[in-house]
Amino acid sequence: MNRFRQSLSRILAIFMKETIQLRRDRVTFIMIISIPVFQLVLFGYVINNDPRHLPTAVLVGDESRFTRTILSSLRNSEYFDLTERFTSHESAETAMMRGDILFIITIPPNFSRDILRGETPSILVEADATDSVTVGGAIAALNQLPQQLALKDFEGILGQNNSGISSRLSSSAAPLTESSVHSSSSQPISFEVRVHRKYNPEVITQYNIVPGLIGVILTLTLVMLTALAITRERERGTMENLLSMPATPLETLYGKITPYILIGLLQVTFILVIAIPLFKIPFEGKLWELYLSAFLLILANLTVGVLISSVARSQLQAMQMTIFWFLPNILLTGFMFPIAGMPIWAQWISRIIPLTYFHHLMRGILLKGMTGAELWHDLWPILLFTTLTMFVAVRTYRRTLD
Amino acid sequence: MNKSTLSEKNPMSHAESNYISHPTDDLVIDVHGLTKRYGKHTVVDHLNMQVRRGEISGFLGPNGSGKTTSLRMMCGLITPDAGTGTCFGYDILSQREAIKQRVGYMTQKFSYWEDLTVLENMEFVARMYSIPDRRRAIQQALRELGLESHQYQRTATLSGGWKQRLALAACLLRKTELLLLDEPTAAVDPQARREFWDELHRLASQGVTVLVSTHLMDEAERCHRLSYIAYGKLLAFGTAQQIIEQQKLITWSVRGSNLALLSERLKQEPCIQDAVIFGADLHVIGFDESQIHQTLEKYTKEQLCTIEHYMIIRTTVEDVFIYLMKKTHEASAPTGGKP
Repeated sequence: MNRFRQSLSRILAIFMKETIQLRRDRVTFIMIISIPVFQLVLFGYVINNDPRHLPTAVLVGDESRFTRTILSSLRNSEYFDLTERFTSHESAETAMMRGDILFIITIPPNFSRDILRGETPSILVEADATDSVTVGGAIAALNQLPQQLALKDFEGILGQNNSGISSRLSSSAAPLTESSVHSSSSQPISFEVRVHRKYNPEVITQYNIVPGLIGVILTLTLVMLTALAITRERERGTMENLLSMPATPLETLYGKITPYILIGLLQVTFILVIAIPLFKIPFEGKLWELYLSAFLLILANLTVGVLISSVARSQLQAMQMTIFWFLPNILLTGFMFPIAGMPIWAQWISRIIPLTYFHHLMRGILLKGMTGAELWHDLWPILLFTTLTMFVAVRTYRRTLD
Repeated sequence: MNKSTLSEKNPMSHAESNYISHPTDDLVIDVHGLTKRYGKHTVVDHLNMQVRRGEISGFLGPNGSGKTTSLRMMCGLITPDAGTGTCFGYDILSQREAIKQRVGYMTQKFSYWEDLTVLENMEFVARMYSIPDRRRAIQQALRELGLESHQYQRTATLSGGWKQRLALAACLLRKTELLLLDEPTAAVDPQARREFWDELHRLASQGVTVLVSTHLMDEAERCHRLSYIAYGKLLAFGTAQQIIEQQKLITWSVRGSNLALLSERLKQEPCIQDAVIFGADLHVIGFDESQIHQTLEKYTKEQLCTIEHYMIIRTTVEDVFIYLMKKTHEASAPTGGKP
């Protein structure tokens, strides 16, 4: 009994010591509370695998009641936000290349005339299939379009001609078409919805995942490596020696992060060398542009690491802060879940994170052949983020042991 | 020279009266009223200190007395809350980078990179200070400190003594004019300690100024000049002989039975400042020779703790410093100490 009591006393002593230490390590305590809350909010509110309100451009070649009815029906489906109206296909394609829009809906000239003549005109729906999850739900919804139109709207317009409208799917059409939706009736009134999945016509998942992985791997490794590299100096006591030497904070930080830039570029090379032949990922863009984009993301990640190490007092704290940074990077940047399906506030957060833009860049360069000025659209936010973070990191970098 | 002043006034330090006026260019370190607080705790309290060129200056004090904080303030690693000072004429607040170029600072805890070899650490330091003819300079520094045969060894595998030599070699690599050494011999054996001090004297003879902190009193004897700090306050300043003479303490060596009890009893006597056991002897410290003599004589007839023999001996630096520390502690205690 006495031995049991002594054992209990020792357990209690260790329990109390741990509790006191935990209470005094405020960063750990904050992380213990905030990480589950953050995860709950992200998984509960943000993640939506069936995103609606996808940015869509229309090219209208025939202004008619049929066109208005079709566009209205698309809008009512909630999948399509008809944000842009283009007059040329080239400008619409440029917008899609940049990632501003996910769909281009083309209603051809003489669309209403052809319907009235009993021919079968086609509506072309081009979808950016680099992120097949995002556009998948909307494409499925297109299947219902002719039937809905026929039953609800076209009846009003063509009442006497549309007594027995039915809809069916046709599996093939013109060379551009992977799937098409056909509306026909016993009367010679019908139209087709031809869907063209651009950049990834076979909907290969790896085309989406592998370009995204480049940024995720760079973020996972480099932020942690830099954050630990500086806090390790502090924990081992070598920081006192380093601070006693005549190096400015910028010199120290440049010296610290340069090896990791090379490591990051090496990582990119490894991923490309392995992934391109193994998963047959296309490479439509230019290699130097890919490396330039990767270089900027590497810099952005390293400055985040430096900032974490300026704030963290130990390697454990640096690790916890790094995990805290990983969460939005994995969940909010469009790597795992479509940004379009997230609430507006989450989309704003995703716009702050450099990895969001890097995903655009990688999918753009590898799959779309994005080049030149189109890249700048995604490069400048990364550059801005890096500059601001570096500024804050240098300001918070401790020059003394105070 | 630019000299910035913090807001607090500088009250007279305990050792202020011991200052000797020196021409400014002879002073390598000259600080006044340096103060550092952490929360409500004052770690260094209005420290005045001067270190002259080419001297080995001992910075003594018990653990936690503020030695490390003072050294860090002098070389720009910590910002003082009050006070002014110069190092080589450079302001310790605003010209830190210039000070770092000329000062070799050796931290209390070994702070070189243990996953690098001796040579790699030296090359790092040489590059940080842009030392010309790097390889030759490194080999010379390694040779001078007997590290040549260890140059390809990982630093983590070196013993405490060799690590300390590496730290010193790294300081010497750039022909530093001032060495700030923070308890450099705390983790080494007596042999390595002796060799280290021989090395310091060799450097001092070549014109290098050394400010070395320690809490080991035997090392005090090897310094040209001493500063004694306790509870953040400078209590004594001067050569060992000057400090001993200034305090006018008389030390008696006492032999007898039950020294522990005897020590306790003697400490209660008003004329005795302290009684400390040194092996088989008890050192009794006080000011009034005749009164102490009478008191000791009284104890020769005691039953429980009898004095068998007593005689006056030379007062050591340690005796003085322990007395000073005790006096400061008692003066700062709310109940007050012995009159």
